[in-house]
Amino acid sequence: MEGTAVRGRLTWQTATVTKITPETARASTIVFEVPDWAGHRAGQHLDVRLTADDGYRAERSYSIASAPGEPVAITVERLEDGEVSPYLTEELRPGDEIELRGPIGGYFVWDPATDHGPLLLAAGGSGVVPLRSILRDRERTGSAEKARLLYSSRSLPDVIYREELERPDPGLDVVYTLTRSRPPGWRGHAGRVDDALLAEVAWPTGQGPLAFVCGPTSFVEAVAEGLVGLGYPPARVKTERFGATGGRQ
Amino acid sequence: MNPLDGNAIGGLLHEVFGTEMTDAAGTCVTCGQTGPVAQAVVYLDAPGTVVRCRNCSSVLMVFARVHERYCVDLRGLAVLEAR
Amino acid sequence: MSPISRGFHGRRRTPAGAEGRVPPGQYVTSDFPVLSAGPTPHTATEGWTFSITQGGDTKKSWTWDEMRALPEEDVTTDIHCVTRWSKLDTHWQAVSIDTLLEQVEHQAAYVLAFSDGGYTTNLPLQDVTGGQAWLAYGYEGGPLPAEHGGPARLLVPHLYFWKSAKWVRGLKLLEHDEPGFWETYGYNMYGDPWKEQRYAGD
Repeated sequence: MEGTAVRGRLTWQTATVTKITPETARASTIVFEVPDWAGHRAGQHLDVRLTADDGYRAERSYSIASAPGEPVAITVERLEDGEVSPYLTEELRPGDEIELRGPIGGYFVWDPATDHGPLLLAAGGSGVVPLRSILRDRERTGSAEKARLLYSSRSLPDVIYREELERPDPGLDVVYTLTRSRPPGWRGHAGRVDDALLAEVAWPTGQGPLAFVCGPTSFVEAVAEGLVGLGYPPARVKTERFGATGGRQ
Repeated sequence: MNPLDGNAIGGLLHEVFGTEMTDAAGTCVTCGQTGPVAQAVVYLDAPGTVVRCRNCSSVLMVFARVHERYCVDLRGLAVLEAR
Repeated sequence: MSPISRGFHGRRRTPAGAEGRVPPGQYVTSDFPVLSAGPTPHTATEGWTFSITQGGDTKKSWTWDEMRALPEEDVTTDIHCVTRWSKLDTHWQAVSIDTLLEQVEHQAAYVLAFSDGGYTTNLPLQDVTGGQAWLAYGYEGGPLPAEHGGPARLLVPHLYFWKSAKWVRGLKLLEHDEPGFWETYGYNMYGDPWKEQRYAGD
């Protein structure tokens, strides 16, 4: 059923947390067992709903970090004054139940069977989460498409999935730019993504590239505008904007 | 506070329309621009949800959850084409 | 039945000492959330006017300088948003709506506040008079920031804050109550936070 819209009601269901793995000082990956999971596509997200004992509810959306076929997982970055992210990253334990619904999204998705062209993935902070799902799907399906990830992060310790991204893969290039602090001797890029950096990393338009840009609104708009400026057709630049600090927190 | 885009209301749209709608094509009644709902400008908790045309800022859709029902205003869309 | 999320409390409800100041269902915040239905207008004070209208006519209008020449009040008050946050002891510099309405002869029972960007909200006239409402242009001692409704917004703290229209440009006098933007979609026509009048029928 690749490429078809998910029809029928999107219902809340109760999932169980099976594993929580810290990725960085602030971010953790939470794996769920979801009894009626219909499968998902790379790039999709799910909604999580928490209910306090007085009935108070809070709902948030999180991109799915795992590839289709892998157990459902999200990566949550804890926000200082967040209401839900501190709970998910500090309080939640394996065995806890949580309500979620999904998968959600029919636009910001990569489908290896039907989407062709070299991939240009641009991540601003926790915007890397859905792009990691795309990269894992690319690996699992043995896709021949080459991929480049441009990852803008505050610092090297804030980079999520760093070990995984540095595993040797001849078809994948990862380019970091560190915006707030750099380790001594850093010879990579520094500062926010600008047109010059984009021109350096973007696949030439003649190769029919497909871009996925995800992160804070200001990051996404700067990068998307830059890519269109380089000649990328707007329909080949897919965007997903998170809240200023990484999605509804 | 920066607005988000239609991806952020994927769940809400699915609830209201009964199907995935982020890749539906919407045409703005004011300026005629057509684009995926995922690219529209979304203001959350306004207290309701207001969806605006990325080209001209006119209101495309408004969703207000009132008790257990949704009030939906689609007058800002000339056309909404879903798969 | 939703499962209870073990250990989840949501935001803290009422801090010690604030009992009695926080309406039901609200939590106290120390920040000032920016919530909006659209892009922030940036209206210069040159060319800004505030008008009282009725039918299609402008009964009275003030330029920025004329408005600023009116008696200024320092207002300290608590504000309550229908999205459940409350902020205590906010400080505003403002002109009383009484001062503006006193200069106009009318027999209206309701007003519809209208703003740059197209936002509207309705209120009974008796709720914007009697020292209950202001045209606020200063916040915490400085000019009201655009994201919070500057150059000037309506301030009606005894009702949910969606009634305190940002970027307000005038009041339309009405004989009958007419729903504004959110009221049209099911939000309460009146909006008393102490009676939790969030939606129509509450």
